Amino acid sequence: MSATAEPLLEVRHCKQAYHKDSASDFIVLDDVNVSLRGGEIVGLLGRSGSGKSTLLRIVAGLLRPTEGDVIWRGQKLTGPAEGVAMVFQSFALFPWLTVQENVELGLEAQGVARRVREDRAEEAIDLIGLGGYEEAYPKEMSGGMRQRVGLARALVVHPDLLLMDEPFSALDVLTAETLRTDLIDLWMEDKLPVKSILMVTHNIEEAVLMCDRILVFSSNPGRVAQELRVPFPHPRNRHDAAFRKFVDDIYALMTRRATSVPAPAAAGTADAPAVETIHALHFVSTNLLAGLMETLAMEPYKGRADLPPLAAALQLEIDELLPLGETLHLLGFAVLEEGDIRLTDAGKKFAEADSDERRALFEAALRSRVKMAANIRSVLDERWNHRANAARFRDELEDHMSPDYAEDTLRAVIGWARFAELFNYDEEADQFFLEQEE
Amino acid sequence: MPATSQTTTASVRRLPNLFDLAAMLLLAAGLIAVGNVARHTLGPLAATEGTTIHLEPSYLPGYALRTTLRMFAALALSLLFTFTYATWAAKSRRARLILIPILDILQSLPIFGFLTFTVTFFLGLFPGQVLGAELAVVFVIFTSQAWNMTFSMYQSLTTVPGDLDEAARGFQLSTWQRFWRLDVPFAMPGLLWNMMMSMSGGWFALVASEAVSVGGTNFTLPGIGSYIRTALMVRNIHAVFYAIAAMFLVILAYDQLLFRPLVAWSSKFRFETTQQDQGRDPWVLALLRRTRLLRMGADAVGVFFFAVTGLRVGRRRPASIVATRRGSRLVDVIWASLLGALVVVAIWRIYSFCRGSHLGPGDVVIAVTMGFYTLLRVIALMVVATVVWVPIGVLVGLRPKLAKSVGASAQFLAAFPANLLFPIFAVYIIRFHLNVDIWLTPLIILGAQWYVLFNVIAGANAFPGDLREAARNFQVGGVLWWRRVILPGIFPYFVTGAITASGGAWNAAVLAEIVTWGPTTLRAHGLGAYIQDATTQGDSGRVLLGMVVMATYVLTFNRLVWRPLYAYSSKRLTL
Repeated sequence: MSATAEPLLEVRHCKQAYHKDSASDFIVLDDVNVSLRGGEIVGLLGRSGSGKSTLLRIVAGLLRPTEGDVIWRGQKLTGPAEGVAMVFQSFALFPWLTVQENVELGLEAQGVARRVREDRAEEAIDLIGLGGYEEAYPKEMSGGMRQRVGLARALVVHPDLLLMDEPFSALDVLTAETLRTDLIDLWMEDKLPVKSILMVTHNIEEAVLMCDRILVFSSNPGRVAQELRVPFPHPRNRHDAAFRKFVDDIYALMTRRATSVPAPAAAGTADAPAVETIHALHFVSTNLLAGLMETLAMEPYKGRADLPPLAAALQLEIDELLPLGETLHLLGFAVLEEGDIRLTDAGKKFAEADSDERRALFEAALRSRVKMAANIRSVLDERWNHRANAARFRDELEDHMSPDYAEDTLRAVIGWARFAELFNYDEEADQFFLEQEE
Repeated sequence: MPATSQTTTASVRRLPNLFDLAAMLLLAAGLIAVGNVARHTLGPLAATEGTTIHLEPSYLPGYALRTTLRMFAALALSLLFTFTYATWAAKSRRARLILIPILDILQSLPIFGFLTFTVTFFLGLFPGQVLGAELAVVFVIFTSQAWNMTFSMYQSLTTVPGDLDEAARGFQLSTWQRFWRLDVPFAMPGLLWNMMMSMSGGWFALVASEAVSVGGTNFTLPGIGSYIRTALMVRNIHAVFYAIAAMFLVILAYDQLLFRPLVAWSSKFRFETTQQDQGRDPWVLALLRRTRLLRMGADAVGVFFFAVTGLRVGRRRPASIVATRRGSRLVDVIWASLLGALVVVAIWRIYSFCRGSHLGPGDVVIAVTMGFYTLLRVIALMVVATVVWVPIGVLVGLRPKLAKSVGASAQFLAAFPANLLFPIFAVYIIRFHLNVDIWLTPLIILGAQWYVLFNVIAGANAFPGDLREAARNFQVGGVLWWRRVILPGIFPYFVTGAITASGGAWNAAVLAEIVTWGPTTLRAHGLGAYIQDATTQGDSGRVLLGMVVMATYVLTFNRLVWRPLYAYSSKRLTL
């Protein structure tokens, strides 16, 4: 299929901010411009929190952007529009409706007569390979089958634009692959009653496998960092050298973006004061961090690994591996560079240390590199009872990020501080405290 | 029965706030207004005193049918109220601020107290007709069911899963379609469960209000309640037993023909993505599903219902949500002043009413003291019920086969109106000259105790097998097993049951503190007796005072005891 000239959809200077009572608004998306033509599959690729799902909801008309416009078929979008249908990550099927009833839902909303509705639903159900399941309830079906229902429900309204929000990420690897291939086959054979597809994904390979164009998002605030045109014809081969190279390049691009903003440079500056700006931390367990350092220290990596094969070997998605890498980077145990991860001296030492030494190393890293943790500790040191309310720190975080991220960050700090025995946390009272030494 | 966590106390608000006060004032003024309208504008009340109740058992089926029909009428009314009030509260931020406190207080008002105000109102609407009395009774049953159903619906509406909401909006369902395709189905399991929970209160109120004297107005409506009342008057103990038997059959039929099938059917609305073993269909549902003719009938009804609920009525094209919207200040101000004005009117209304009805501070002291006696009763009985039923419930619940049958019977017993059993107690108290203040007390927990039992059974039944095995493996036994293993395990279930039971106990107190047997009247000290006396005398001032005091006790008790316990148990002890 070839792209036509007239844009189907245009997103102009969209900004999305969440209102906060205390201080400045928290910005999720900033100055995003996207234009979409008929006949193309476009992927929004980014880490979690880059606002790509938010953008999809803006395009769907579910959410109104704080600033900027969405132009759909030449008109400004003010609500859910005719001709746009969405497929959800969680399927969003109504458990009390049968497959048939679920698929008919959109038609019912349009007021399509029952006979026509039934015929069209049947058609969509057959197209997507669900013939015979009409009377089944979603809970009787596997995840892959459910997502097929989700697809049929979206396709039955013959949308010009099909939106897909991480449609395969809740499925197991094999099921996801089958569904992807089926979808691309239908697309190539021109059997899908849609003009264009916009999909959100955090899976790089998936994006390269399916999309004609990929918009790579950066995080915090979400922006389109790069626009890539995928030059391969369908069907694409994952093992093709050019394909691998393309994937590797995106990896490099995303790790560069990820580390350029927050982290204190390399291991040499370990004694430098903690970073001034407060930024979100990933809630990753110290077990995983230790495990990753041990793995990196051993054969075959010997302190250095290329991220894509490492992710494959550890069976981690990039969205799971990168937070680990970035956390190690932040703590000064490793450095992320150009799609590689390299253990620093501190990281190597940690990998070989016993549990007491590990605790000490971790404590040193926290004190010097995680401002939040260092702050809490010094407040606790000053207090006569060595207790402090967590609410205050949470508020401070929420001035800089959404409540969800603030909570994650706090949980991360608590988890790490407990491991390092830097301080402890009393959930009942929502207070930090120091263990009293008798 | 599976998990029973559908209570109405999930909100963490503990301390009463301004809106609670406003709600209380508005309600009191509303009751006064309702009671007054009829009295002043519509002349003297002519009641249906002429009805005679026959004590021959052959009349009972007819009476039972009438009683049941009243129940259905009230149920329909409750559903209608639930759908509108809950939806309004859930969709409008401003309305919610006052609607929810009002609901909270309505829930703690003693049902029976409403009679004073509604009887005059409805009899005034239809002077000299049976219809007025019928409506008054139906309204009382309605008040016993509607509030917690509404709460449950409201809570469901505010927790509709985000992706389903987005799907509904994305496909542009009209408001009507959305209501029937998303909101109602999602709320259904909780709604049904709460409907069952309010049954007990409903039958209780129904039986009590079929034969009533409010002030000078007496009315008797043919039904099981008036039958037993007549039996009491003439001291016919055989008739009492006939009535109990008839009620037993009615509830059995209600349970088997209506609620079991409904609950089993509603499991399809449970919002879970995995398929669960739902057990065998109850026989009625199986009959409906497997008998060709019946199934065709049911299908036809289903198709019709589906078509009607699928109509594109109401607003379509919902606008997109604006994340940064702060709400219009101006509308806020207008709304607040409107509410403020209403409250001022309410205060004035209450003030002039109090002046007119010679109520003084002394009356308040008396009512509060009486309330304290009743509080002591409720606490004592809750402790007794806990000590008795928790161990039994645990032992039963850990044996799956037993749990099923005993649990079902306990649920059934909970629906049985305990006031039918009061005469039997009265006979014993009179015969053995027992202390009325002590021996009338058990009556208030007679119906409510079963909630503790079947919830504990459900809890013990759901206790994870691996935890039991772990306890056995480490040879945890005796007191330690109770303290560390099973009691924490069943605690959330116990709290759920205890909240319902204590609500039921407060309600029962209004009727259980005065019991008559022929010419003898047994009277215990307490707020219940206070309210009932005031009702009989038609002293609406004291009835109102009694209701407000009782509601305050119940609300305080809930906020200080049950909510913290509930919050604690759902945070710490939920698996």
